[in-house]
Amino acid sequence: MQKDLSQYTLRLADSALTMGQRLAEWCGHGPYLEEDVALTNVSLDLIGHAHMFYQMAGAMQEPAVTADDLAFLRDAHEYRNPLITELPRGDFAYTTLKQYFIDVFNLYLYQAMATSTHEELAAVAKKAGMEVKYHLARSEAWCERLSLSTDEAKARIQQALDDLWFYTPELFETDAAMQRLTAAGVAPDYATIQQQWQQRVEPFMALCGLTLPQAGWVATGGLQGEHTEHLGFMLAEMQFLPRAYPGCEW
Amino acid sequence: MASPSKAQIFQWLEAVKDPEIPVISIRDLGILQGIRVADGSVSVDIIPTYSGCPAMYAIQADIKQVLQAHGIEQVSIQLCHEPVWNTDMITEQGRESMRAFGIAPPLQADQRTVACPQCGSTETTCISQFGSTACKALYRCEACLEPFDYFKCHA
Repeated sequence: MQKDLSQYTLRLADSALTMGQRLAEWCGHGPYLEEDVALTNVSLDLIGHAHMFYQMAGAMQEPAVTADDLAFLRDAHEYRNPLITELPRGDFAYTTLKQYFIDVFNLYLYQAMATSTHEELAAVAKKAGMEVKYHLARSEAWCERLSLSTDEAKARIQQALDDLWFYTPELFETDAAMQRLTAAGVAPDYATIQQQWQQRVEPFMALCGLTLPQAGWVATGGLQGEHTEHLGFMLAEMQFLPRAYPGCEW
Repeated sequence: MASPSKAQIFQWLEAVKDPEIPVISIRDLGILQGIRVADGSVSVDIIPTYSGCPAMYAIQADIKQVLQAHGIEQVSIQLCHEPVWNTDMITEQGRESMRAFGIAPPLQADQRTVACPQCGSTETTCISQFGSTACKALYRCEACLEPFDYFKCHA
């Protein structure tokens, strides 16, 4: 159980950290000041979630390791995030839609996890869940605004949807360790989360007048450590400092 | 020296303020959760407001500094996940200090509109849900036209 939970919390942490890092890249590049601040605020929350999950994951390893060790001293093939969270930030429409997909996922994930039989996991999920509500309110409002706006904005968010849609099924992938945790009431049931996600996202895309793509390559591999080439470049930048100055802390 | 009492330590820690809102103490903010005293060493439990809040590092350093200034050498601080902080944990005194500082305190259950901390008008508009720090949103008063920070409700 301990080993399963360590692996699972690592996946949660890696997903939050890579999302947070991509959002942080917007610092100084947001479309206007308030949005610049909002993007980096959401980034900060996600990096905070990553830190809590890394602490849990590290404490359960033998020998125990720190959050810094896990975030900064592992290579791309050891990361367990789904591919969607490592994709480059793209334009504002692409970032917004990607964030919306993840926010809806996080909302249902943390809602369910808040009732986990594992007390610490439940407490972290309650905290993260409160913050995600604000993230989702923002990304949802922006999706609608861009979709119902100028032809340029609409074309860009439709393009983002075409590019991102088939990365979303991977969010709900599970492995044997996660399935054991779900059976034990520790991890949420991902099939239920997928249903909730689809029931919210698909009608919303229609409301925005966006068309779901019909066919494409369905992303997979993150859970096994098989990533896009983008992750390596991200880690090279993110991990530079602790690798150049060993022992410095988060 | 004799071990100080818990009440004494609570009082000393009144000096530790939120670095982003320097008029509100960590007790009024609701993040100071427990104190244990044993043989001249003191252990303090705090909970984070927001998961990624960078002020938590400054607050831990400030707690150590204040207690060491009172002669306590051995200070340990635990950053706990429980209870989960929410804005109802902010004391009445904390809400008042916030308002006087120019930040609208979080809405309570029976409140619907954010009042301007400058003129008191409830004719206010949200400019952005994300403000100068993770815990604040950005508002504008339509009566006195001043922009102001609103401490977001988290419950």
